[in-house]
Amino acid sequence: MTTPFTIAGRQLSSRLILGTGGFTNHEVLAAALEASGAELCTVALRRLDPAARGSILDVLDAAGVEVLPNTAGCYTARDAIITAQLAREAFGTDWIKLEVIGDDRTLLPDAVELVTAAEALVDDGFVVLPYTTDDPILARRLEDVGCAAVMPLGSPIGSGMGIRNPYNISIVVERAGVPVILDAGVGTASDAAFAIELGCDAVLCASAISRAHDPVAMATGIRLAVEAGWLARGAGRIPRRRYAEASTPDEGLPVFDSASQ
Amino acid sequence: MNVSVTVNGDRRELPAGATVASVVASLPNAPEGRGVAVAVEGEVVPRARWSSTALNDGANIEVVVAVQGG
Repeated sequence: MTTPFTIAGRQLSSRLILGTGGFTNHEVLAAALEASGAELCTVALRRLDPAARGSILDVLDAAGVEVLPNTAGCYTARDAIITAQLAREAFGTDWIKLEVIGDDRTLLPDAVELVTAAEALVDDGFVVLPYTTDDPILARRLEDVGCAAVMPLGSPIGSGMGIRNPYNISIVVERAGVPVILDAGVGTASDAAFAIELGCDAVLCASAISRAHDPVAMATGIRLAVEAGWLARGAGRIPRRRYAEASTPDEGLPVFDSASQ
Repeated sequence: MNVSVTVNGDRRELPAGATVASVVASLPNAPEGRGVAVAVEGEVVPRARWSSTALNDGANIEVVVAVQGG
C-alpha cells in the first residue's frame, strides 16, 4: 500500500524495519517477522555462545529478509568501528546501523562519538544508518559526513514513550536530504502512524513488537499503522484551528421560535 | 612450547603455531560459513587470513556471531 523508498540505491518496499531484540524465541520472531512484512532486520554481534541453540541468521534467511547489523552496546567510536568491521566480515554487508551510546540508563546517543564513528565508517565504505537524537543539527551533521539515512529517536530505546518532540522530528524531515527512519520509542501502532504522518520515510521497531503481550498481533498492527500513516500523509490533513469550524451548513436551518420570524 | 591466549574472555593454552582458524574450529557451535567474525588485538582478521594468522603469546581473540538485537 505504501510506495517503495530507497537507501543508498537499494529499494525497500516495506517502510517498517524490524529490530530483533527482545523476542522470547526464534519461532515468535519468525511469526512476527512475517506479520510485519519487514524486509530489513537488525541483528547484533556478541561473543559466540557455545550453548546457543540455532542461529538468528537461519531465521532471517528462511524469511528472505536482509540483515542490518548494529553496533548496539558500543560506547566509543573505536568500539563501534571495530564492531561494524566485524559485522561486514560476518555478514558480507557494508550496511551498518550505527549506535554509539552515552550511558546505560538513557541509552541516548553520544553525539560526539557518533559523528566521529560515522565519518570513519563512511570513509571505510560503509552505508551508515546512524541512531541519533531528535536534534535537527546533529542529523544534518551526520548527513554531511555521508550517512545514507538518519534515524532519530522518538524517545529512549525500549521506553515506549512515543514521539516526545514531533516538532523536531518534522524539522529533521524537512531539512534532510537522505531518508529519515524513526528509531526507538515506538510503543504502539499509533506512534508508528504518527512517525509516518510527520514525514518519516520508515519506522524501526523492536521492543514495541517483541515485548508486546502478543508480538504477532502487534507486528500486524504496526504494519497497518505504517500504511495508515502513509495514506493519511498523502491525503493531506486539514489545518489545525483553535476554534471549531462547522461541517454542517447553517443555511436552511429551521427556526422554531415564531417571534423571531 | 605453548602460547597463552584469551578467547572470548577465557584463558587458553594453545600449541605454538595455533592460528585463528584452529581456534575457531575448536569452538563448539561456531558457524561453518557466514555469520562469524574474529578480531585479534582489536583488529578484524578477514576469514581469508584465518589459517595464515598465527597467534602470539598473550593475544586477545574475540569471536562474534549474530544475536537478536536492535
